[in-house]
Amino acid sequence: MGEIKLPIYLDNSATTPVDPRVVEAMLPYFTEKMGNAASRNHPFGWAAEDGVDLARERIAALIGASSPKEIIFTSGATESDNLALKGVAEMYARKGNHIITCNIEHKAILDTCKILEKRGIDVTYLEVGEDGMIDPEAVRAAMTDKTILVSIMMVNNEIGVRQHIEEIAKIAHEGGALFMTDATQAVGKLPVNVNEMGIDLMAFTGHKMYGPKGVGALYVRRKRPRVKVTAQMDGGGHERGMRSGTLNVPGIVGFGKAAELCRLEMEADAKRIGALRNKLESALMEMEETYLNGHPEHRTPYLTNVSFKYVEGEGLMMGFNQFIAVSSGSACTSASLEPSYVLKALGLDDELAHSSIRFSLGRFTTEEQVDYTIEQVKKAVQRMRDMSPLWEMYKEGIDLSTIEWAEH
Amino acid sequence: MAYSEKVLDHYNNPRNVGTLDKASQEVGTGLVGAPECGDVMRLQIRVNEENVIEDAKFKTFGCGSAIASSSLATEWLKGKTVDEALGIDNMDIVEELSLPPVKIHCSVLAEDAIRAAINDYRVKNGLEPIKEEDKIVH
Repeated sequence: MGEIKLPIYLDNSATTPVDPRVVEAMLPYFTEKMGNAASRNHPFGWAAEDGVDLARERIAALIGASSPKEIIFTSGATESDNLALKGVAEMYARKGNHIITCNIEHKAILDTCKILEKRGIDVTYLEVGEDGMIDPEAVRAAMTDKTILVSIMMVNNEIGVRQHIEEIAKIAHEGGALFMTDATQAVGKLPVNVNEMGIDLMAFTGHKMYGPKGVGALYVRRKRPRVKVTAQMDGGGHERGMRSGTLNVPGIVGFGKAAELCRLEMEADAKRIGALRNKLESALMEMEETYLNGHPEHRTPYLTNVSFKYVEGEGLMMGFNQFIAVSSGSACTSASLEPSYVLKALGLDDELAHSSIRFSLGRFTTEEQVDYTIEQVKKAVQRMRDMSPLWEMYKEGIDLSTIEWAEH
Repeated sequence: MAYSEKVLDHYNNPRNVGTLDKASQEVGTGLVGAPECGDVMRLQIRVNEENVIEDAKFKTFGCGSAIASSSLATEWLKGKTVDEALGIDNMDIVEELSLPPVKIHCSVLAEDAIRAAINDYRVKNGLEPIKEEDKIVH
């Protein structure tokens, strides 16, 4: 094995590198095609508009939308989530004031729901099971005649579980509500078809699928039913009046190119990367007292979230984070000292939540990188365990739950 | 977050990792923190007849700053008398390791561990434990 290039990037759920083919597609839109897509009266504007139109078509094709007009460009998934939730709550206020979501959603959903609660919207936060899954029947049970929207993420960003979106969408529709999904971790990585899945609104973003940062989209269904959201920003009435603001043309062009590449390469990528993920995961799970977080089957092939018991995640990461980039469910870096709310929602002990590491792979991950990671992480876990009083106690057969810990 | 050089040094080359015989009359053991909070430190001292700490060992479950704080504590404890050891202040650790504000609790835990180890030793040897109020806590 030759010299491996360091550091290795295994944090693709946070953001992905931009594919060089995407960068290439974007470049002309910074220079000779620099026009404003809303300038209807000269070639610069036409060129920019053509670029945006093509991107819209490519993105629509990736998600199986009936029309490119159903794609509303935003600055990213957080804005899309805000626009969908707040926009639906306002637009459908006369119909009802109840939204159903779940407790492992991204903060862009949860914090937006918190604001909506202050504005008089009732929000039900469904709890997930130990495997991170929402029981579709729990959605049915939570539906009322005031429910206007059910918003359940497609793939969770920390543990990678994929929810039973199709069933949940069906239940939402049966109860007369719209179905929205934050598909940030799914679009471009897994097959998504808004018509087959019964999705009315969907948030996603460019930078999780090898496109640039700062550009995202909200899919808004136009037929059966025709969905509308109230704009959350006032201005020039761009994007069918739902999202004002000069379009980020180079970003949108890049997002479109990324969508095109994903549509063509996703199947092969998912297969290859899934095999690498499985190799990494099974090698790590060979170590004793190592636990997989989240449902082992209903999940994305791109990531694995593992708890190394008796070792603290941040301390562990420090052993290799100069060379391997991953993320931890331990929130020791934050002042709250609270570990990941997603892992806690699974009913994981705080201790195991503090011990978790998320490895997320992507298009540019190689087998050589995975092999190196296995070796380094195993070494670091052993080193940290040799230094851990909890590991020593475990090895001596002491039941840690019988010790009176001084919580601080 | 970037770690200071000294934290990295203690993390990469921890001093005095290990275990002393906790049943020994000369050994005091302090186990502080909680797994739920993401930090547990075990600090042990062996005290000789002159009341001098001859040896100190630690094991820590926690972040790099927690490991560095306990490693540094063992370094400082060795050769000190028990009374001198009680004078180690968490802010000295903060300063020495350049800990950022979110990591100050790691130094507090190390100070707690020192006191717990000393108290364990005192109680074993028929002395009163030092009470929390006897000292200014930062």
